[in-house]
Amino acid sequence: MTEDLNWAIGGEAGDGIDSTGKIFAQALSRAGRHVFTSKDFASRIRGGYTAYKIRTSTERVQSVVDRLDILVALTQRTIDENLDELHEGSAVIYDGERSWDAEIPDEITAVDVPLKSLAEEAGGAIMLNVVALGAACEITGFDVEYLDESLEKRFGGKGSKIVENNREAARKGRDYVREHYDLELGYELETTDNDYVLLNGDEAIGMGALAAGCRFYAGYPITPATNVMEYLTGRIEEYGGHVVQAEDELSAINMALGAARAGARSMTATSGPGIDLMAETFGLVATSETPLVIVDVMRSGPSTGMPTKQEQGDLNMTLYGGHGEIPRFVVAPTTIDECFWKTVEAFNYAEKYQTPVYLVADLALAVTEQTFSPETFDMDAVEVDRGKLVDDEGAAEWLDDKGRFRAHAATDDGVSPRAIPGTVDGAHMSTGLEHDELGRRTEDTDVRVEQVDKRNRKVETARTVEDWDYREFGNPDADSVVISWGSNEGALVEALESLEDDGIDVRLLSVPYLFPRPDLTEAVEAADDVIVVECNATGQFADVIEHDTLTRVDRINKYTGVRFKADELAAEIAASLTEEVPAQ
Amino acid sequence: MSSQSDVRFTDFKSDKQPTWCPGCGDFGTMNGMMKALANTGNDPDNTFLVAGIGCSGKIGTYMHAYALHGVHGRALPVATGVKMARPDIEVMAAGGDGDGYSIGAGHFVHAVRRNVDMTYVVMDNRIYGLTKGQASPTSRADFETSTTPEGPQQPPVNPLALAMASGATFIAQSFASDALRHAEIIEEAIEHDGFGFVNVFSPCVTFNDVDTYDYFRDTLVDLKEDGHDRHDYEAAKNVILDAEKEYQGVLYQNENSVPYHEQHGVTENMAEIPDGAPENAMDLVREFY
Ligand SMILES: Cc1ncc(C[n+]2csc(CCOP(=O)(O)OP(=O)(O)O)c2C)c(N)n1
Ligand code: SF4
Ligand SMILES: [Mg+2]
Repeated sequence: MTEDLNWAIGGEAGDGIDSTGKIFAQALSRAGRHVFTSKDFASRIRGGYTAYKIRTSTERVQSVVDRLDILVALTQRTIDENLDELHEGSAVIYDGERSWDAEIPDEITAVDVPLKSLAEEAGGAIMLNVVALGAACEITGFDVEYLDESLEKRFGGKGSKIVENNREAARKGRDYVREHYDLELGYELETTDNDYVLLNGDEAIGMGALAAGCRFYAGYPITPATNVMEYLTGRIEEYGGHVVQAEDELSAINMALGAARAGARSMTATSGPGIDLMAETFGLVATSETPLVIVDVMRSGPSTGMPTKQEQGDLNMTLYGGHGEIPRFVVAPTTIDECFWKTVEAFNYAEKYQTPVYLVADLALAVTEQTFSPETFDMDAVEVDRGKLVDDEGAAEWLDDKGRFRAHAATDDGVSPRAIPGTVDGAHMSTGLEHDELGRRTEDTDVRVEQVDKRNRKVETARTVEDWDYREFGNPDADSVVISWGSNEGALVEALESLEDDGIDVRLLSVPYLFPRPDLTEAVEAADDVIVVECNATGQFADVIEHDTLTRVDRINKYTGVRFKADELAAEIAASLTEEVPAQ
Repeated sequence: MSSQSDVRFTDFKSDKQPTWCPGCGDFGTMNGMMKALANTGNDPDNTFLVAGIGCSGKIGTYMHAYALHGVHGRALPVATGVKMARPDIEVMAAGGDGDGYSIGAGHFVHAVRRNVDMTYVVMDNRIYGLTKGQASPTSRADFETSTTPEGPQQPPVNPLALAMASGATFIAQSFASDALRHAEIIEEAIEHDGFGFVNVFSPCVTFNDVDTYDYFRDTLVDLKEDGHDRHDYEAAKNVILDAEKEYQGVLYQNENSVPYHEQHGVTENMAEIPDGAPENAMDLVREFY
């Protein structure tokens, strides 16, 4: 594994943990270091434990690990929660003047800094987190000046005085440690000239939507999907678009459907509970042959479950949910940058095949920030394919002998011409009822079969025309195959590196297309061991693989609400591969 | 679009023959809608009709325009999305009393609040027609049905009051069989700058023997002849809350109505997009430095 540093700040929800962590992450990114963050947060605004963790290295990092080097603890609980991850070389920064008596194990270096007093000296107790950042900089050999730009970004709106005070607070933290401690922990954060951008999966989805020409978004706030809506708000208007906060998810998906029928590239995003509410309209979207992108940022369920925790529990719902049989696409990005690209693709599938596309992400992708080189999001490479959208002339070619537009014509590829309001002679009816090619309700048995086949044929067409590949890592000739979907990819890639160091070769197939999906039969049949890794209890993807390949697979499941970590996965995979096979 | 257009109201008629029961109020309701659309200079290729589910919802099939016949109760959100994406298109939503005031009641309140520039026609027959005669939210308290043998024993929803409480800018009521007045009122709703709401008495001749043509003919008070000032909020409140009488006409209109698209600057045709990422899209990436 790479030379990395693991840093965290923890306290009560409402202590500004997130924004402090973000300031440090941005500073590291500006210093040309790679960053991978994770959040451990509670859903209450106050009173719950919350932490923001950063893993940073000069090399790419894409997982959290079970090790913490520097911890800024604003509460005792922060220390207790992280005891397992602290080690002999760790340092805990805390404020000994505050009311609690920190209990810190002897082998861990305790760095007592009067955070609050120093913050007051700099202009206000509220800046105590920034004092801690300054202290952390000193311990890690990281120049405090790198904080300046992110402090400006964070507080610039509040005036230059506030920015100055914060910069001063950071320096006070640095100076205090410099004067009172002579630490030999050996941390020295190197900087590079590389330029990185730092963003999370929700932001990548939102940016992908804008790049793809999405102009309408309707949604109802829900963790962890709200950030998509917040990202688009204030930005989509620049392109002539609009975001509406609907009264509920029933409304959100129906508004998005309306905008799509009017010709806009349109999207809604929610989490599992919202998908439940949208299920009825999901069928309408498919039956009326409307292009729509529906984002499900999964969280722990069922019901309200653990609303701020990681889980990949909605696979079955997105693959099979809704009454009747609904042709659909299910695409699940495996990394944060792929959240961008898969969103762009999703809009193209929706319009090319005039059917709903689920973009399935998970909480770990959504709230994690990661650094990328800006070229990762090369806007020149974005393609917009509007499929069979017709203009006046095009519509004229699709009129029947009575001059009526054949909006649901049963073509060879299953895709019909699409006329949007304003197109001359394109006026037609669309409905959730079974209909003929003109959109008129029918219960005629032949027409029913023709229309069902036609809609399903779109997916068959896509299956042959599009590229439904998996992402491959590790040793392609290895006898052991690990299969994964969603955010586990990063941790698995790092786990593979450490397994390789231990002489264990593994081939990783990370699958971003869940329906249609790549055929893994050959890969599975060629392997001695197949393990499917996913964040749920029952192994929903493992079931799918067994069904597709008619082969039993092993499973690694995690449903604690916490994402997989690289070192944990390495250990579990090693254990699974070396397990004695019971005699038959 | 000019009001001199050569569109006739029959252009809004599809060639599908209605399967409504002979004498159903929905025939008259639909005719008035088609006339009003033609009279206001609209044509089918620039009109979007969103229909609910119910006997009333079948209107989407019988009229000719761009149309969506959606799921039960969600016509207003769909219409909202259409209008926001395409401010250039005339948008009308139509559905039943169950569709609008029961399963879709939440949307009604919020669509009214948003004041999107569209017309909403509720074909109110005070019954569930399509499912063969159960109580609707506007059924009388003592109206006996298969699911309420003693009557619902709850006060009916007053849709006009609900609209007013939600901040409506145009509240009207009409009667399907008073063809001239009905078309005139719908026309006014179309021309209103904002959410034009019309509750239409559209009798169900099969399952409702109380709220009949005769009943409405005998009781309806036309506000036009009554000297009612529709811009007077207090006067509007009085007629809307008057439980003794049934009114026809525009009960309330806010002269200062600012439609959603003006309030929020939503004026672009959202269907028009470049064939790649927007020109300045790399700026979006740079924001994350
Ligand atoms: C989700 C859902 N629940 C129930 C139904 C069955 N349903 C169809 S129409 C209707 C009521 C229609 O009443 P109303 O809206 O007053 O229309 P009308 O038939 O009277 O015109 C019901 C309950 C349905 N289609 N969808
Ligand atoms: S059942 Fe009633 S509402 Fe339905 S078509 Fe017949 S008369 Fe009209
Ligand atoms: Mg009804």
